[in-house]
Amino acid sequence: MIRDTTLGAKLWAAAIWALVGFFVLNLFAMIGTVVTSSFATRWLGTWLPIGWTTRWYDSAWSEFQLGDVLIVTFQVVGAVVLISGVLGVTAAYALARRDFPGKRLLVLLFLLPLLIPPITFGIPLATVLYRTGLAGTFWGVVAANLVPTVPFVILVMIPFIEQIDPKIEAAARVFGANTFKLFVHVLMPLLLPGILAALLLVLVRTIAMFELTFLVAGPTSQTLVVALYYAVFAAGVRAVQSIDAMAVIYMVTTLIWLIIALRFVNPTQIVTRAKQQPAH
Amino acid sequence: MHQALVPTIIHGPSLRQRLAARGFDSVTLLVLPAAIFSLCLFVYPFAFGLVLSFEPKSGGWLANYERFFADSFLYETIAKTLWLAVPVTLLNLVLAVPVAFRVRLMRHQRLLTTILVLPITLGTVLVAEGLLNYLGPQGWLNRTLMTFGLISQPLKLVHNYWGVFASLVITGFPFTFLLTLSYVTGIDPALEQAAATLGASASQRFRHIYLPLLMPGFAITFCLSFVQAFSVFPSAVLLGAPAGPTRVISIAAYQAAFEEYDYSMASAIAMIMGFVQLAIVVGVLASRGLFYRGPASGAKG
Repeated sequence: MIRDTTLGAKLWAAAIWALVGFFVLNLFAMIGTVVTSSFATRWLGTWLPIGWTTRWYDSAWSEFQLGDVLIVTFQVVGAVVLISGVLGVTAAYALARRDFPGKRLLVLLFLLPLLIPPITFGIPLATVLYRTGLAGTFWGVVAANLVPTVPFVILVMIPFIEQIDPKIEAAARVFGANTFKLFVHVLMPLLLPGILAALLLVLVRTIAMFELTFLVAGPTSQTLVVALYYAVFAAGVRAVQSIDAMAVIYMVTTLIWLIIALRFVNPTQIVTRAKQQPAH
Repeated sequence: MHQALVPTIIHGPSLRQRLAARGFDSVTLLVLPAAIFSLCLFVYPFAFGLVLSFEPKSGGWLANYERFFADSFLYETIAKTLWLAVPVTLLNLVLAVPVAFRVRLMRHQRLLTTILVLPITLGTVLVAEGLLNYLGPQGWLNRTLMTFGLISQPLKLVHNYWGVFASLVITGFPFTFLLTLSYVTGIDPALEQAAATLGASASQRFRHIYLPLLMPGFAITFCLSFVQAFSVFPSAVLLGAPAGPTRVISIAAYQAAFEEYDYSMASAIAMIMGFVQLAIVVGVLASRGLFYRGPASGAKG
């Protein structure tokens, strides 16, 4: 490691830390504004609100029917996590262990939904789902959300499965285990940390997935983030503090899972999706 | 003995054995459910959308595209989106690179990376709601600037171009930074140390050692950050002026689908959106070929 001790280098370092500090400060101030406002009685033209109250949480809960919305959100997220786990892990196993013609094409097929932004493929997808009558229903929302999460699980799991010694599986085969037994008794215990990490990331991403849910959800299949969007969109109809209370509830639901996820994964994994290859 | 072997020699290995030799066996079949799922819900809708875009409600098969490029309210969305996405992506990349080079030397990166993951996780809707209050005329930012006497009038930062710009920086900078960091830490520090031993200054080491090695990584980071910024939707509606300067292409596609119920036109706009993204990504990635591509990470990893 090279340490520069010249004045220029120190000034440069200070400038960079000032930049990071400025960014983090603004980020926290932005989050702080939402939290402060949700507890405010009246907040106009002053640094801090005149008084504090928790009644906005009651009113947000009943005005936006947050109880129902939260139940739908967790049902959608639960279904997405389970299905993408089953589809993703099995496919990742095949891709990690076998080499067959067309494998590169298949990997590209799984890579594309992660590289193309949701709104681009979401509009044709929503069109198809409206034609088939699935849009607006619970399963339509789940299907739309699975499009990026199944490839995500596959790409996170492939390097994880590749690092497990195939001799262990060979030994199980020698002792007469079939593929199903191999999965349940040998691979699952070894893969559990990786599966848990991948599925927690899917969970966090699905709670925050706005575009796809927004394009296909009906009134009874809205998740929390879509309900929040409609509330902000129709601002002026409800009190600002009420919307902010809802935003805080959304933040708390996301952050609880993020904190749990961060116990198992490195924060950079949330962005880089799969184990980074060295710069090529 | 001889007679038993003859049929095998004549017929060769069975179909099953031949497939297994090429990599197709029962384990390979496990990939099928996910592949069928992707075909049904990703490839088919895309193909369907492409075909549908050539079947307009009225007029010839190119009517949707003709309408898009004849109506300034529609074709200007491409320029407006690029005018937002390109500067934001470049700014994020320019800011992320020096920060990544500094953070690479830190031993406790986890706290900073965790803080930076927050805006990505919370998503654009929450960031838009937060910035509406924070950047508003009575928000803390304007208040602070006025207290220090930097401005006399509150700056107008929401419901215009700058509101969307700010939201794209808040969600885009951490994304760009974390990607850049993973590329920067992937380069063997021995290369830099060798240059330093030979007397290269910090700026020379960056220009002659790191920059050529990192260019391919930067190209990918630029592409990924760019497509994110190009498909901005919620913050352009909530924080911008969705009828004016921030009427981005995704708003046009959304309005065609859900306000005019013209799915054919909406598909055409989505295809144009995808095509512009693809053109820029291919252009940037093609320029990667101009730079060194080869091993840059040490044997120790």
